Amino acid sequence: MTLKTEPIIVNIGPQHPSTHGVFRLRILFDGEVIHDVEPVFGYLHRGSEKLAEERTYTQIVTLTDRLDYLAAMSNNLSYCLSVEKLMGIEAPERAKYIRTIMAELMRISSHLMGLGFFLQDLGAFATPLMYMFREREKIMDLFEMASGARITYTYMRPGGVNDDLPPEFMPALRKFADEMPGYIDEYERLLRENEILITRTKGVGVLPRDLAINGSLSGPALRASGVPWDLRKADPYEVYSRVQFDLPVGQIGDNYDRFLVRLEEMRQSLRIVRQCMQQMPAGPFRADLPMLLRPPKGDAYAHVEGPKGELGFYLVSDGSISPYRCAIRAPSFINLSLLKEMLVGWKIADMITIVGSLDFNMGEVDR
Amino acid sequence: MYGEGILKGLGVTLSYLFKKPVTVQYPEEKAPHYPRFRGYEFVWYEDRCTGCASCAKYCPLGTIKIVTNPELQPNVGNKYGLEIFDIDTGRCMFCGLCVEACPYDALFMGSGFERATYTRRSMMVHIDELRLADKQPSAFARPHLHGVEFGERTSLTSPEAGR
Ligand code: SF4
Ligand code: SF4
Repeated sequence: MTLKTEPIIVNIGPQHPSTHGVFRLRILFDGEVIHDVEPVFGYLHRGSEKLAEERTYTQIVTLTDRLDYLAAMSNNLSYCLSVEKLMGIEAPERAKYIRTIMAELMRISSHLMGLGFFLQDLGAFATPLMYMFREREKIMDLFEMASGARITYTYMRPGGVNDDLPPEFMPALRKFADEMPGYIDEYERLLRENEILITRTKGVGVLPRDLAINGSLSGPALRASGVPWDLRKADPYEVYSRVQFDLPVGQIGDNYDRFLVRLEEMRQSLRIVRQCMQQMPAGPFRADLPMLLRPPKGDAYAHVEGPKGELGFYLVSDGSISPYRCAIRAPSFINLSLLKEMLVGWKIADMITIVGSLDFNMGEVDR
Repeated sequence: MYGEGILKGLGVTLSYLFKKPVTVQYPEEKAPHYPRFRGYEFVWYEDRCTGCASCAKYCPLGTIKIVTNPELQPNVGNKYGLEIFDIDTGRCMFCGLCVEACPYDALFMGSGFERATYTRRSMMVHIDELRLADKQPSAFARPHLHGVEFGERTSLTSPEAGR
């Protein structure tokens, strides 16, 4: 007797714990093997781009916090750079250093979360995630000292930062920069050679180099495929041209490479933070601008290398107090565009890890 | 040897058995927060406030409602009497832009974070509540409060809090 089988469509999400936010995948399974994938977005759509059209330029900073809520400082930075470009001004030197430090700390924090949840998806339940939460908590403390909040910082302003670093910040940052490499080593000892992790990740979810480039991926997902492309090197903004750091790249672009690239990037970020701490000058931290900005007519696009990839803000000004149009290039959204190519042919358990290894954030995907 | 990596990892977790926990037992013990913490219970000094409504205009969400009445305080310099000064903290996102906008150091962020309520309506902070509230200003956007310890910052009078 032969059994009659037929493919079945399964909805993964929108509230599945492994989908990193409210993200739904309609997957066509044949047995356990994935045949077709259709991502469904939009559950977290808040219309940030449209809302920006009726906020003043400073008020929009609060909206950018809520895009990628695990990397609010990078969003702030990208937006502020865009406004500065629109107005043809530059932040003072000290502000640039402060913003670079913040952006790098944010990268570490975001990678900690990305790795933690990726490992959680693999079944390393809670232990590595909790270790990483512990270090992230220290970064949150640093941000709280400087900005007063732990998630939605609203710290940067067009033309600088909201307030100078408080006196307790530098000693705490130094302490963190000294401790953190030890912790990163610890994560490596904990899991890098773990046989279960290696079997689950090596060769799984391979994203070939050409495909990654054609899909205009960016960030660690692209670098893991062996493309040394990083806006901090390719188009240096802030003070990245004055610091030294390496670009970790992967070899074949599988889950394991994405894991290792993120681990190594945290080390490089610490290196940047340390150099910034040495070079940071005294001086003003905010350009002398009025509260209500009226940039001249025109448009500007500024991008930064956010923790998840190229994060850009395109602003069109009509000379009034709020932008005529604000468009956001969200790296998470574009990194998801190759999901189908990555998933077809793998099993359901691998799907969870592949999706997890991309480290996207729905707040940014749906905007 | 197969399994070596797992043993290595277990070594790390084992070492934590002998370390102090990093968590605190919350209701009994509180994690410290920093002078700039933007928290609940806005601090508002009526005598410093001129009713200029910069804070209300600068709020991205229109959370603050101000109604002034010149007849309430006639002939007192360049200052309006305030009839309504309501902050709808149910909608407020604690961004601090209103505090940054206040030119007279009349409005401060608070330092607390425990104020759960049963109804949305009771999240509305009215003018009388603001008048009577315990003043625990945060140092956010008020650098002159920075050296002041939190304990000393509680119940600051208006001249002490301002610049
Ligand atoms: S903290 Fe922000 S949202 Fe709240 S009242 Fe002030 S400006 Fe409005
Ligand atoms: S900005 Fe300050 S002085 Fe003006 S109304 Fe608001 S609290 Fe009062």
